[in-house]
Order: sequence, then structure tokens, then C-alpha cells
Amino acid sequence: MGMWWMAFRLALRSLTRNKLRAGLTVLGILIGVAAVVAMTALGDGASASIQNQMGALGVNLLWVFPGSNTSSGVRGEVGSRPTLSEDDADAIARELFTVQAVAPVITASAQVVLGARNYATRVTGSTPDYLRVRAWALSRGSPFTEADLRLAARTCMIGETVRKALFDQGDPIGQTVRIGRMPCTVVALLAPKGQGSFGQDYDDTIVMPITAVRARLRHTPGREVDQIMVSVREQDLMARAQEQLTALLRQRHRVADGDENDFMVRNLQDLMATLERTRSTLSTLLLAIACIALLVGGIGVMNIMLVSVSERTREIGIRLAIGARSADILAQFLVEAVTLSTIGGVAGLALGVGAGTLLGRAMEWSVRFSPTAAVIAFATSGGIGVVFGFFPARRAAQLDPITALRHE
Amino acid sequence: MNDRDTVIKMERVEKIYRTGELVFHALRGITLDIRAGEFVAIGGPSGSGKSTLMNLIGCLDRPSAGRYLLAGHDVSMLDADARAFARNRLIGFVFQGFNLLARTSALENVELPLAYRGLGAKERRRRAIESLELVGLADKLNNTPAQLSGGQQQRVAIARALVTDPKVLLADEPTGNLDSRTTEDVLALLQRLHREHGLTIVMVTHEPDVAQCAERIIVVRDGLIGSDGPNPTPRRAELNTGSSSPLLAGSA
Ligand SMILES: Nc1ncnc2c1ncn2[C@@H]1O[C@H](COP(=O)(O)OP(=O)(O)OP(=O)(O)O)[C@@H](O)[C@H]1O
Ligand SMILES: [Mg+2]
Repeated sequence: MGMWWMAFRLALRSLTRNKLRAGLTVLGILIGVAAVVAMTALGDGASASIQNQMGALGVNLLWVFPGSNTSSGVRGEVGSRPTLSEDDADAIARELFTVQAVAPVITASAQVVLGARNYATRVTGSTPDYLRVRAWALSRGSPFTEADLRLAARTCMIGETVRKALFDQGDPIGQTVRIGRMPCTVVALLAPKGQGSFGQDYDDTIVMPITAVRARLRHTPGREVDQIMVSVREQDLMARAQEQLTALLRQRHRVADGDENDFMVRNLQDLMATLERTRSTLSTLLLAIACIALLVGGIGVMNIMLVSVSERTREIGIRLAIGARSADILAQFLVEAVTLSTIGGVAGLALGVGAGTLLGRAMEWSVRFSPTAAVIAFATSGGIGVVFGFFPARRAAQLDPITALRHE
Repeated sequence: MNDRDTVIKMERVEKIYRTGELVFHALRGITLDIRAGEFVAIGGPSGSGKSTLMNLIGCLDRPSAGRYLLAGHDVSMLDADARAFARNRLIGFVFQGFNLLARTSALENVELPLAYRGLGAKERRRRAIESLELVGLADKLNNTPAQLSGGQQQRVAIARALVTDPKVLLADEPTGNLDSRTTEDVLALLQRLHREHGLTIVMVTHEPDVAQCAERIIVVRDGLIGSDGPNPTPRRAELNTGSSSPLLAGSA
């Protein structure tokens, strides 16, 4: 114990004597550790946000959008002819046994007014099944009913963000707000879902009967919808459901064999996979940077320690002459290398947290810093100190006292 | 002669250096007895093997042949760690080039051997101060070697050698780097430590004037002991007037 403590104090002294040199030496380790920390933070954030996303969007979800699929990935151009209707939604619910619940959706933007307060939000028109499809709970009140749907009743369920904007502490249930020009009774408060991984706020919304939105906010006749959300019974049935759904809609829309679909089907897995691919590309990149930087840093440490050993050969001789064992010398230089690289590790931790936060913010990705990051920073940098410091330290420890004393 | 009084006992000790193909017989059979409380000077021409002998006595190296007992222990076959232990416990070294740690205070330099002994900080400090007082440097505790004169540096080195309370003080040309005035100071200090504290001293020098300060003079020639005899009338080293050390001045 005494030996290590002494070695540590010697290391600090020696490093403070060569601050600039030490600083330059740890640069590689600093960058490497920073990259590792940022990478794990992004990785942790990714898995957290994917889970969050799964929970927020509802499990086993399929989306159906109108329009062709020519520009892949993004929602394609909406065709001149509206292609999705509430009848399609009904048909899916009626005919596909793999499907658990179906919700046709139309959206509109609207000003919501209560007294002097005024808030712009997105209004979602759907059916009572919407809550089931999105696995969305209510924190207060009860959902609008099938009867409300038939009557285009002016009832609404508000998200937490909307509630905060309009109400203070009071119970919103039963209150009447004005959406656009339509007075509307709040029947329920949606449970908060938080932030999506693309930075959108799920709670910044109002859900109403699709009939009411169509009649009062969109003023579009007919039964067209913007999208249909479908929740599949089981994870294993996703592919099957997607196939059936595609076949059903092609038949209903009378798409000729060989022609392209006039609608698009997307599932959460695909979406997540895209997201995950981007993240993992970045992770791989960071990991590569980290490995190179750590290797370079480690070699830098080894180099500077070799220089240090040869500069201090006479000092080593003196220490040996007055009774230091070779283990003492080994400890001294090994601890110096480890201290040096650990300083780099700690600085790298700070840089990694900073860079990770900035990166997350710039890309609107959630990052999550865990104590693991700190452990990783310490372990990596310390480990590098041991590995790359061992050779120089052993060289110092194996010096012959007489030769060392004669040095220079 | 009581064996217990014998600090250094060498029997037909040899040292052979091998450099590549070359084999050099630096010591060719040294037999030697040095008892506690002696002040011995070792002289001889350059290259005769004086430093080689000192390195063996100081356990910095191992003899190629022969037997060496240090304070009654056979140290001729010890491994590196055991020799380090012996150097730490039994030997005090003083070198021609002082060999103090640079940028390190006198106090810390003197503490160092005790640190390797694993002694606590307080005890280390106490003994180091005591030792520095003994050599008259109580007022220079925090000076680094660069802030000390050559003579003062050598006195710090002597304090460092004494702090472990060694069986023998080994000095290889301790005055080699000093001018004549400071040489006298250092010799006076060694004589006083010998006289007042019964310190055993073995000192290598090739200056007859310096050797004359010892009580016994050994001359090494070509790796053998050329002559070995008492110096019945050792020269008393004179402290120079104006010496900075009141302690030394007091004892002169
Ligand atoms: N490590 C070594 N390898 C080979 N030969 C050596 C080694 N060390 C010393 N020698 C040789 O041994 C002989 C004795 O050397 P040593 O240093 O003991 O002489 P010395 O009596 O101390 O001389 P000086 O008065 O000049 O200091 C010399 O000829 C030297 O060249
Ligand atoms: Mg010599």
C-alpha cells in the first residue's frame, strides 16, 4: 500500500513538472475516451428512445398512407385521386382476423381557445379505437363513444401539453374549449407520453371524433382519411397482416396485377430499423475513432514514458543505490503511466459528455449518460496506462544500479 | 579480533567483467577485514579497481568469485532484492557526483531511504531533520540541490547516507568534485562523525592528502591489495574560517 501511495505522489509530482508534455501526451486518450463515452451515451439513448417510441406509438403497429411508394422511405406524393377511406378501415377491421384494432385518422391544425388563453395545436380525428391502437391511456375522464362518433359530437380528449397551455390547476373535464370556431367539451385527459425520438411532443394534441373534425375543421366531404392505423394481434403476425392488408386494399382499390400500390404500408419495425441503422453507423464511426485515438494515445504514453525513463536513468540509479527494490521502480513508473492516462480519461469523460449532449441536441436524438460511462472512461484509460506503461516501467525496473548511476 | 566487530570481511573476492568477447579481471583476489569504527582510505592508480571494490562492498554488485560477509551475513550470492534490502539497512553511500535528486528539497532527499523502508512520514521527517542537523544544514532543509553549494550538496548526501543508521559509510571520491577548501570541510565532517559517533567509514580517494585523514590506508594495484596498513598520525582536516556551519565551527 505504502509503495503505491508513494508511487502515486511521485507520479503527480513528475507530471506537474511536465504539464505541457503530459497534456499533449494524453490528447489521444482524451479523444478516445470522449468518443467511447459519447458513443455509449448515444447508444443508451437510442435503446431508451426506441423503447419509448414503441410504448408511445403502440405495439405491433401498421400505418397505411394514401399515395404511391415511388419515393421510398418518405411519405410519397399524395395521388390526385384520394385513395384511402373510412370504408377501407372498416373493411380491414371486418375481414382481417390478424388485426386487433383499426383507427382511421385525419388531422387538422387549429387554434384552441379558453377564455383569454389561446394555443395552436394539432387535432386528430379518429374513432374510439384510436386509444387502443396507440396504446394510449387516459389519466382522467373517459373517451368519446361510438354514439359521439355517429353524431359528430363536439367532444374532445386533450393531451397534457394542451392542458398545461390552457388550464392551470383546475380539472379540465367537463369544461368547454373553443377549437377553431367550434365549442367543444373536454371529456378526457390523455396520459402523458413525452417526447418522441424525433423530438416531437406526443402530448401536444387533441383527439376528437373523426366525424366532427371532418365536418367542422376540414370541411371535406366524403370519407377520405389521411392514414389508417392498424394494430396487429401479435408480433409474429406482423408480416402476415401486412400481406393480407396489402392484398385486401389492392382488391378494394382495383389495382391491376403488375401495377403499383396506390397506398403505402409502413410498420414500426421498419421505422425503427432505419433509425437504428443510422445510429449504429454513427456508433461504429465513433468506435473506430475511439479505437484509433486510444491506440495512438497508448503509444504516446508508452513513448513519453520511455523518454521519461531514459531521462531519469540517473534518478533510478540513485533510488536503487539507497535501497529501492526493482518493484518500487516498476510501481513508480507504472503508476505514473496510469495516472497520466487516467487524467486523459477524466478529461475525455468531460469532453464526451459535452460532445454527446451537443450531438444529441443537434440531431434531436436522446442521449443518456449512465455511471457506466464514467466506469468505462476510468477502466479504458487506466487499462491503457497499465498496458502501455508496463514496458517502459519494466525497462526502468530492470536497470542495473551501477550502470544507471554512471548514466550521462 | 572479535568477529562481531567485523563489518566487512572479504575472502579472495574476484570480479570479472565481460564485454562481448573481452574478459577483464578487475579484481583478482581481495582479502580484507574492516572492523566497526575504522576510518579506511582506499587509494591506488586509476583503473586499479577501487570503484569496483566499493560497488561490491556496497552490495551494488556481486563478486564473480570469493566470499563476502557484511555485518556477519554472507551477501556474495544475494539476489537483487536482497541486495537492495542490504543497501537500505546496512550501507550508506556517498558519491563523487553527490547524486541527489534534482528539484527535490534537501529534506526529501534525506528522507528517501526511509521512505523505501516504509517508515511513516512523521518519523521520516524527524530523522531526516536530525541527520541534516548533524551535518550542519538545519537551515537548508527546503533548499533544492540547485540552491546549494557543492560542499553543501555533499553534506546533504552524507546526511542521506547516515539517516538509515548504517553499519558503514561508503564514500567513492567524496571530494573529487570539490575545491580544496570545501574538501577540508567535508573531511572535517567525516572525521567528526567518525570520532564522535564511532562511524565506520570506507573512503576511496586518489589524493594522498585526503587519504592521510584516514586511520588506515589500503592501496589497490591491478585488482589486488598492494599495501594495507595503519596511518598512525592521521592529518586533522581543518575547518575553514568563515564556514557557514556553526555546528562544524563549534566542533573544530
Ligand atoms: N562494467 C564494466 N565493464 C567492463 N569493464 C569495467 C566495468 N567497470 C569497470 N571496468 C574496468 O575495471 C577496471 C577497474 O575500474 P574501476 O572503476 O574500479 O577503477 P577505479 O580504480 O575506480 O579507477 P578511477 O580511480 O579512475 O575511478 C577498469 O579497467 C575498468 O575499465
Ligand atoms: Mg573509481
